[in-house]
Amino acid sequence: MKLSKLQRLAEDLSERQDDRIISTAVVRGELVVEAVDYGIADLAQFLKTDPDCKFTTLVDITAVDRPGREQRFEVVYHFLSMELNQRVRVRIDTRENEKVPSIVATFPAANWFEREVFDMYGILFSGHPDLRRLLTDYGFSGYPLRKDFPVTGYSEVRYDSELKRVVYEPVKLVQEYRSFDFMSPWEGAEYILPEQSETGGNK
Amino acid sequence: MGPDSGRLAEGEGGPRNFNINFGPQHPAAHGVLRLVLELDGEIVNRCDPHIGLLHRGTEKLMESRTYLQNLPYFDRLDYVAPMNQEHAWCLAIERLTQTEIPRRASLIRVLYSEIGRILNHLLNVTTQAMDVGALTPPLWGFEEREKLMVFYERACGARLHAAYFRPGGVHKDLPPELIDDILAWCESFPAVLDDIDGLLTENRIFKQRNVDIGIVSEQDAKDWSFSGVMVRGSGLAWDLRRSQPYECYDEFEFRIPVGKNGDCYDRYLCRMAEMRESTGIVKQAIEKLAGADGDIIVRGKLAPPSRAEMKTSMEALIHHFKLYTEGFRVPEGEVYAAVEAPKGEFGVYLVSDGSNRPYKAKIRAPGFPHLQAMDYICTGHQLADVSAILGSLDIVFGEIDR
Repeated sequence: MKLSKLQRLAEDLSERQDDRIISTAVVRGELVVEAVDYGIADLAQFLKTDPDCKFTTLVDITAVDRPGREQRFEVVYHFLSMELNQRVRVRIDTRENEKVPSIVATFPAANWFEREVFDMYGILFSGHPDLRRLLTDYGFSGYPLRKDFPVTGYSEVRYDSELKRVVYEPVKLVQEYRSFDFMSPWEGAEYILPEQSETGGNK
Repeated sequence: MGPDSGRLAEGEGGPRNFNINFGPQHPAAHGVLRLVLELDGEIVNRCDPHIGLLHRGTEKLMESRTYLQNLPYFDRLDYVAPMNQEHAWCLAIERLTQTEIPRRASLIRVLYSEIGRILNHLLNVTTQAMDVGALTPPLWGFEEREKLMVFYERACGARLHAAYFRPGGVHKDLPPELIDDILAWCESFPAVLDDIDGLLTENRIFKQRNVDIGIVSEQDAKDWSFSGVMVRGSGLAWDLRRSQPYECYDEFEFRIPVGKNGDCYDRYLCRMAEMRESTGIVKQAIEKLAGADGDIIVRGKLAPPSRAEMKTSMEALIHHFKLYTEGFRVPEGEVYAAVEAPKGEFGVYLVSDGSNRPYKAKIRAPGFPHLQAMDYICTGHQLADVSAILGSLDIVFGEIDR
């Protein structure tokens, strides 16, 4: 019953917003919408105001880094409608140096969510009123949640008792960062051999 | 005052706006919050929260650890009610692996989620009272929290960082004496709530500091992505336990307290009422537990085999070893799982690539949008109201900074 309602909404959406939506699907009871990046601001406005959608609450904005793809980042929006008790996930793809339209004008709460995505992934939002870093240290450089950023980071801080202040230094590890490969050598591990990786690898 | 009110302008010897730093070491900042406040006399013109002082990179760390190793990180998010966070993580994994958990485990989860809710509200209500000048409530409230933390300890061995909810169920069964003690506590707790009620609800100073302060309208609550008490205090009866039931909440009877005015005082009343409702849910869960025997975790790929089995079965031993080294795999896909945490909607957006580690995990903390709205709510209020509002937003930095 519930599922069919979402499916109807999915079909309805892709019909009425076909210039902004690439595809819609209902996966595991969740409505997922793939949209085009330049249309996200209008789509957000539509989702908020349309009487069949009423997605008035922005739940979350985040991104997923997929370095292998030409369009490296996915920006993922979650919306919730308290009136109609339904959720939607909207996903757009974007390149590294492309700007994504900000939805702050429609959802004031997008402000910090977009700042966080910018801070963590370096995705720029056009039309954002105050795109500063949010969670990282003052003067931090780099985008920590990108897959090519090391878990240990690049700099570390400590209190220097001679200088009487906190100093920043490059990370020094006494032991290399331990990342274990628990893949069983007997079942299903796909090792990338040197000659394969030159031709693109197998996975 | 307008510019032509005869007052000298800034820089001409007239009054000037004042910038002050609130925190990061201020006791009313509830952790490490730095607020840059722009004041016009006593009135707040702008409030810019600087967060991230407790940022530990949880989401980055999670990408390089197995699903089970990631579970304890959730205790360290909102460390006031740890098990509620674990719950969201377990639900996300269970939805992707399509695991049905045993009934007894489900009831224990509800039981401890509600204990978590009481833990959280006790801390919030009483420390918010301390922020506006009352010293006794925290002393009384923390005594009860201590008892609840002992219940945590007796279930899992840790007072705070429980790691008790596991994908597929809960780690260990509850001993019968513990269930009796929780039931006995449920009988005595309402009296303590009445005491705190007597201290605060009709207290003149408490009301002066909270009534009509930090008013949030229904529209504001939607615009600023509020959830939990922040929405209910403004009159919207929205509770994920009721509207999108997870676990076995649909079997429980409880009411959803709703405020009228959306001010700090109504949010306080909501929290007090929710504690009473939660006590009722705990009692119901204990009643249902008596009729629900059986295992407390799905003995499949997600969970270790029983200790006895490991003594005799080689396969069980191998499974145990592989589970705690390699971990289990989660099928490829993505899911958003949310629970009604004490502070609001706590969600996990999990993207799996089919390996033993999450490809991406995003933690949606309820406090994050609440704190974001500080500028909106505080503008035009007195400086002294900032701490009252901050207290009633129910901020914990573990979950906001992640």
